[in-house]
Amino acid sequence: MAERVLMKGNEAIAEAAIRAGCRHYFGYPITPQTEVAAYMAKKMPKIGGVFLQAESEIASINMVYGAAAAGMRVMTSSSSPGISLKSEGLSYIAGSDVPAFVVNVQRGGPGLGGIQPSQSDYFQATKGGGHGDYRMIVLAPASVQEMASLTIKGFNLADKYLMTAMILADGTIGQMMEPITFEEAAIETYDKPWALTGTKMGRKHNIVSSLYLKSDELERKNFERYERYKVVEENEVMYEQYMMEDAEICVAAFGIASRVAKNAVAQARREGVKVGLIRPITLWPFPKAVLRQAADQVKSFVCVELNMGQMIEDVRLATECRRPVSLCNRTGGMIPSPEQVLSSIREAQKGVN
Amino acid sequence: MKTTQILIAGFGGQGILFAGKFLAYKGLLEDLQVSWLPSYGPEMRGGTANCNVILSEESVGSPIITNPDVLIAMNLPSLQKYVDAVVPGGQIYVDATLIGEKVGRDDVAVFYIPATQMANEAGVPTLANMVMMGHVLKNHPELTFEGTEETVAKLVPPQKAQLVELNMKALQAGRDYQ
Repeated sequence: MAERVLMKGNEAIAEAAIRAGCRHYFGYPITPQTEVAAYMAKKMPKIGGVFLQAESEIASINMVYGAAAAGMRVMTSSSSPGISLKSEGLSYIAGSDVPAFVVNVQRGGPGLGGIQPSQSDYFQATKGGGHGDYRMIVLAPASVQEMASLTIKGFNLADKYLMTAMILADGTIGQMMEPITFEEAAIETYDKPWALTGTKMGRKHNIVSSLYLKSDELERKNFERYERYKVVEENEVMYEQYMMEDAEICVAAFGIASRVAKNAVAQARREGVKVGLIRPITLWPFPKAVLRQAADQVKSFVCVELNMGQMIEDVRLATECRRPVSLCNRTGGMIPSPEQVLSSIREAQKGVN
Repeated sequence: MKTTQILIAGFGGQGILFAGKFLAYKGLLEDLQVSWLPSYGPEMRGGTANCNVILSEESVGSPIITNPDVLIAMNLPSLQKYVDAVVPGGQIYVDATLIGEKVGRDDVAVFYIPATQMANEAGVPTLANMVMMGHVLKNHPELTFEGTEETVAKLVPPQKAQLVELNMKALQAGRDYQ
């Protein structure tokens, strides 16, 4: 077995990306994700890769667009305000159906906000920060090990479905160190006959563009794209269940919030409260079916988030409002304590009895 | 030991994060589950720094510590800030060179170590943090002093190998303090 090493979450992303075959990184520094860029700056030149600190976030996302159009495994990383700047590019990438890998290590917002951890970009990531009808695959790691494994997964999914895969992490998971093992990366390779690699006078020109001035053609593109998204929704949902077998209350939380929630669930179980946890790992596609199923079993849901209540809307949609869903939250860089979650669980329990 | 939550706090520049890394690596090498979470805000630049380390036989839940089992305070503001958060029956380690006050609780074990002075006397003036760590190891036999050199070697870049010896000197001074 590979050696267990201690690594920061941000570094784990960078190392995993290299192992996934990424040789092009374009970025612009911002706390709390700068270690991704720093790691790439150190490693890329040694392995024949490209590290480029662009003049802005907008430039870096367009460099990603360019390298992706050329069929390269390419990435960028940023934090909340930087992702807002990149959102125009993300829309163009989606409209051109090229694969890209993007990391958002979230900090508190809106605006410049703060630099402490947050989950307040859930809407932006899952509903589209850019314009137009499009989706991104959104992966929410809850540990340093998952920062690595979901990075490798993200590159594979982006290539498979010709779309952006985004890691939606937060300052805590980016900055913390945990033991991690790097197993042999399972790299999936897909032919990219659409890539701009030069015709060598042997084939027709490829065109990568998001511009379709004929309405019927644009509509057809959109319908086709959503057929592909449907396949993603059918095949790529990921989630974790914890103590759900006999649960009467279901806590829903992702990323760092799910770790706090897990502590609270374990404590509540010791007090005899029948509570479990569903942790979405893919935020899009959202694990609707398992939540819908849980709604038949449990009497109440508690959503734990580091925002004013964003994923809670998807929980209510998925459960078709069959059960009450309450919110347990902190914002601005604050993180709920297990005790706060525990008291929300106890509140929910009152409603059950 | 099931789970030990350790909070190390002091000024930026005192090696708070390094001390935390040392404990985390020590735990890792003893096959424990560990997490290390630094403060990364603007406060660490010249202000207060702190670091949460969790060592556990089970997988670590939340990496954020609200009520530490062990507090290592390297300056007065840190002691004042966290003294009441320590769980009853917990431990508080105080750098007695920099902190003149006594801990006003009788439900915790308190260790006063003149770490900054000891580090100066041992000729390693920047390693008061590791003097403290030496004393922590003494009181946590499950972490054993064995393998300490290996742990330090993991943390020091190879081109600065001479630092291993200096760190060991500080650790031993802390361990041997009565």
